[in-house]
Amino acid sequence: MKLLPTVLANLFSRPATRDYPSYVREPFARTRGELVNDISRCIFCGTCARKCPSQCLAVVKDSARAEGSWSLEFFACVGCGVCVEACPVHALSQKTTHRPVAVARAVITLRAALPARPAKKDKPADNAEPAGKDEPTEKDEPAG
Amino acid sequence: MARTVIPFGPQHPVLPEPIHLSLVLEDERVVEALPTLGYVHRGLELLAAKRDCTQMIQIVERVCGICSMLHAMCYCQGLEQMLGLEAPRRARLLRVVWSELHRLHSHLLWLGLFADSMGFEALFMQLWKIRERVMDVNEATTGNRVIVSVNVIGGVRADLDQGQINWIRETLVDVEAGIKNLQATIMHDPTVGRRTRGIGVLGREAAYELGAAGPTLRGSGWAQDMRQLKYAAFDELDFEPVVETAGDCWARGSVRFRESLQSMDLVRQALGKLEGQGVGGELTVKAKAKPEGEVLTRVEQPRGECLYYLKGNGTLFLERVRIRTPTFANIPALTAMLPGLDFADVPVVVLSIDPCISCTER
Repeated sequence: MKLLPTVLANLFSRPATRDYPSYVREPFARTRGELVNDISRCIFCGTCARKCPSQCLAVVKDSARAEGSWSLEFFACVGCGVCVEACPVHALSQKTTHRPVAVARAVITLRAALPARPAKKDKPADNAEPAGKDEPTEKDEPAG
Repeated sequence: MARTVIPFGPQHPVLPEPIHLSLVLEDERVVEALPTLGYVHRGLELLAAKRDCTQMIQIVERVCGICSMLHAMCYCQGLEQMLGLEAPRRARLLRVVWSELHRLHSHLLWLGLFADSMGFEALFMQLWKIRERVMDVNEATTGNRVIVSVNVIGGVRADLDQGQINWIRETLVDVEAGIKNLQATIMHDPTVGRRTRGIGVLGREAAYELGAAGPTLRGSGWAQDMRQLKYAAFDELDFEPVVETAGDCWARGSVRFRESLQSMDLVRQALGKLEGQGVGGELTVKAKAKPEGEVLTRVEQPRGECLYYLKGNGTLFLERVRIRTPTFANIPALTAMLPGLDFADVPVVVLSIDPCISCTER
């Protein structure tokens, strides 16, 4: 009975829920969503893979072919943002939205040429040379 | 009279997580309750040997799906103690803000589930509607609703600007008004009273002897709260534990209800101190050494005392992480409350200790 005033107030007030999916709330600016790598800036140092708590990242540096690959198993990614903070060249970033639902487990692999020379530690990484002419390639490979 | 054994759980409408109770009944009356655990063990403590001590922050956060921030805070405090660091004042105040917001949304969640356990769906919906506002604050200020990931060894990762502080204050005004609107229903409604008053009584002595923790202990008249240890920035804040003496389900509900109001007060106090400090300022201190030695830390989770034992051996990997969560401490108390009750009261009493089984089993 004590809830009656609240129930009556609810009858004459706007609904508390949104009419999803016809209306979707804008994400907050700080929301940690999908992880993106600007592969043209990546120097394939592997810091992100070492720091990742869920070990969803793998970085392979192929010096013989002057090519590096960065792969993300996005089903394992917990979106903590540790890699984004650790990236010395600020190639990693997070969107405010999440990746759409996937039906199959997959790995995103990005490949690019290795940078011409390793970025110096004392030099801010934003000025690093764009890495080679190879276009970044994205392909989904089913995981083992 | 012939005895019947009724299995309660691990899948039961009232239980958010799996725990099994074998209830021995005589007619409709519970004679004995035997708990079985182990349905959601994930081996998180053992991961400490495979992940380094900074990666473990994100792992211990996943011990609990409701009060994640407090687990990470307890772990980081332990490591800071081991490394001889002290987090900057601003970081400690921010930890209070987020930990109390976690307590607030956890208590609102529990009050909703408690209402649901006695079939009061309308109250459940109202409380969860209010809780969403707190979750929005969490998401906007940290980047995630529950697993906030703000703690690092030596401080916090995120800061609040003046706009956000004002917005949190405004939101808390609405949340407080919403909760106070429901105060009469939660505390004085005859229907709620009939399902909770005098049900599942845990006496003062029994609570102490069985090692109960948190609101279960405070509902039985003990003013014991780990925030009295003055961790984080609680040394600067005005704080008194909330205590009830009846020891029944109503008293435990009342403690949590009053604590949710108290949490808002603590958030406001901490925000005031942050404003006094001005915007900006150091958020972390850098750790230079590797963890070595043994440390025991405690924080007050929404469910009670949470204890972390950490053992470092001078490498990046900890040798042992031992987590004791409050629900584990409250299960013996629960088995002592159940005998003598009607079978229909069991769901309400089980919910009254706020069981968090994933925490318990880690």
